[in-house]
Amino acid sequence: MTIAEQTDERAGRTGEGASLAELDRLSIEARRLILQSIHTAGAGHVGGPLSCADLLVNLYFDRLRVDPANPGWPERDRCILSKGHSSIALYAVLALRGFLPVAELATFDAADSRLQGHPDMTALPGLDMSTGSLGQGLSPGVGMALGARLRGLPFRTWVIVGDGEIQEGQIWEAAFTAARLGLDTLCAIVDYNRLPQFGWPDPGGFTRTEPVDDPTGKFRAFGWHAVECDGHDHAAIRAAFDAAEAHPGQPTCIVAHTVKGKGISFAEGDYLWHAKVPTASDLELAGTELDARLAGIGGEAGVGQGEDA
Amino acid sequence: MSAPTTTTHDSRLTTHDVRPVAGADLVPLRDAWGERLVELAAEYPDLLVLDGDLANSTRADIFAAAVPDRFFELGIAEQNLLGVAAGLATVGYVPWISTFVPFLAARALDQIRVVVAQPHLNVKMCGSYSGILTGKTGKTHQSVDDLAIFRAMPGVVTIAPADATELRSAMAAMMGHDGPVYLRLTRDPSPVVFGPGYRFEIGRGVLLHDGGDVALVSTGVQTVRVLDAAELLAAEGIAASVLHLPTLKPLDIDAVVAVAERCGAVVTAEDHSVIGGLGGAVAETLAEHRPTRMRRVGIGDTFGESAPNDFLLEKHGLTPRHVAEAARAVLAAKG
Repeated sequence: MTIAEQTDERAGRTGEGASLAELDRLSIEARRLILQSIHTAGAGHVGGPLSCADLLVNLYFDRLRVDPANPGWPERDRCILSKGHSSIALYAVLALRGFLPVAELATFDAADSRLQGHPDMTALPGLDMSTGSLGQGLSPGVGMALGARLRGLPFRTWVIVGDGEIQEGQIWEAAFTAARLGLDTLCAIVDYNRLPQFGWPDPGGFTRTEPVDDPTGKFRAFGWHAVECDGHDHAAIRAAFDAAEAHPGQPTCIVAHTVKGKGISFAEGDYLWHAKVPTASDLELAGTELDARLAGIGGEAGVGQGEDA
Repeated sequence: MSAPTTTTHDSRLTTHDVRPVAGADLVPLRDAWGERLVELAAEYPDLLVLDGDLANSTRADIFAAAVPDRFFELGIAEQNLLGVAAGLATVGYVPWISTFVPFLAARALDQIRVVVAQPHLNVKMCGSYSGILTGKTGKTHQSVDDLAIFRAMPGVVTIAPADATELRSAMAAMMGHDGPVYLRLTRDPSPVVFGPGYRFEIGRGVLLHDGGDVALVSTGVQTVRVLDAAELLAAEGIAASVLHLPTLKPLDIDAVVAVAERCGAVVTAEDHSVIGGLGGAVAETLAEHRPTRMRRVGIGDTFGESAPNDFLLEKHGLTPRHVAEAARAVLAAKG
């Protein structure tokens, strides 16, 4: 069985309410697909997608009311990946969820592909907003949440923002507006990996650490309900999402503590893996690590490794 | 000089009679805009107005008073304003933006590009206080480059009406168009020259004055000054055609070529930079389809300044006299 056949069997499953073990397994598969796709494309980002992969898996397999067979369903929950350069993570999870064939991931960044380097909502059904120029995703989320209220529709709106892009002023324009309107169906998830593309000269030498300290406190100061969680622990992510949904009267910000490059030893915490293409040997090493993790959670190591791996 | 004044039979040219400029009613486009939004709201339940804390200047306050539950004040945060509009458009609403041109076309330019134009969302971007006649506000509030910006933005219909009547018709056409539109509005009262029977069509130029010597091509409220220029020229025995192009994009290429063929000399006129706006569009079109001698009347490669309108029109060469001078110059060059 190829990876594509194996994972397409999951397409169309109900998605909501996956077990923690299932979420763990899907996170491992998503990472495998991310690395394989970037290797195939010969371009793209690695660190950021691995950083937000667990958040996306948890959203699409446990939280969002979406229907892969009807991606334009008016009552669907909305999800915006504001940090659009992590698109391959979203595409991998959408593929696992049945929005597109897993095999299509091989077209990432290729000519005429629906899987554009940065998400294009006109190209791929299932994308709720075009993104890529940083700092812009939260404002459309405000518009969607306001639209849900005006229409009386029950959907919720989730926006994944990078901790780097919250340097952009527009994020705080949107934060101000969402709080003023009391948009409690809106949730911003900050992928707080603290590792930007390059870094900052400082008097002591050089730091690569994201300069926006205490995003939780900053969002609270803007009138948001804010919680923190481990962005790689599915139980913790689920609890944070529950807290967001349960909180009335204010939008919620979840500051998810993450690690850039998470899950692949050589990429974790290394700023050079922001956008670096894994070689065949990198891929082999990553595959070994992912197999071991799969075995560790009771999965069968090597399943689906066949001709695709 | 020949002076054919009969109605054209060129099928590429749509003709329409206009009322004399002298003695015409004076109506600010911004007032007509606010009033028309109220009428359209009754017809279109999905129409919303999103303001950037300028409603009493743009006259969105007329809408806010009449349809308060569909008016949203988003404050002085134009980048967010455009993003919120994009989100609302994905839920099927038709947001109309209320702000001044520079805060739309310049301040929120990347937002327009990324979340409105590329996704082709149904947002109606209305820029008030366009051009340099902005009530003594000066360089930050004047706009000399907005037509160039929106013309170059893929997929954005760009409209600059001449008067309140054309604006009212254009706003209905905008609601009938599913996609992003830029609408250029002005502050001060301007003559109503179109009769009530006029119907605006997106992409259609209108021949307002028919003559065979020189073609005066204009857009926006500058067209009213161009009609006056045609009268000045007529008094000298020069028969001018006046082609009004209320839509900068898509441009009515057939009409531009037809009027150039007829007259063999073209003057463009606009309250905008001569770079990239109407003059640029006509020059590009004629260079490719029918090279014709032409002159561009408009603001030079310079920023605006705060001063009375009359001073600004004179200094930047936008008066009817300046248009007539350009017409004489291009005729002299034509020989």
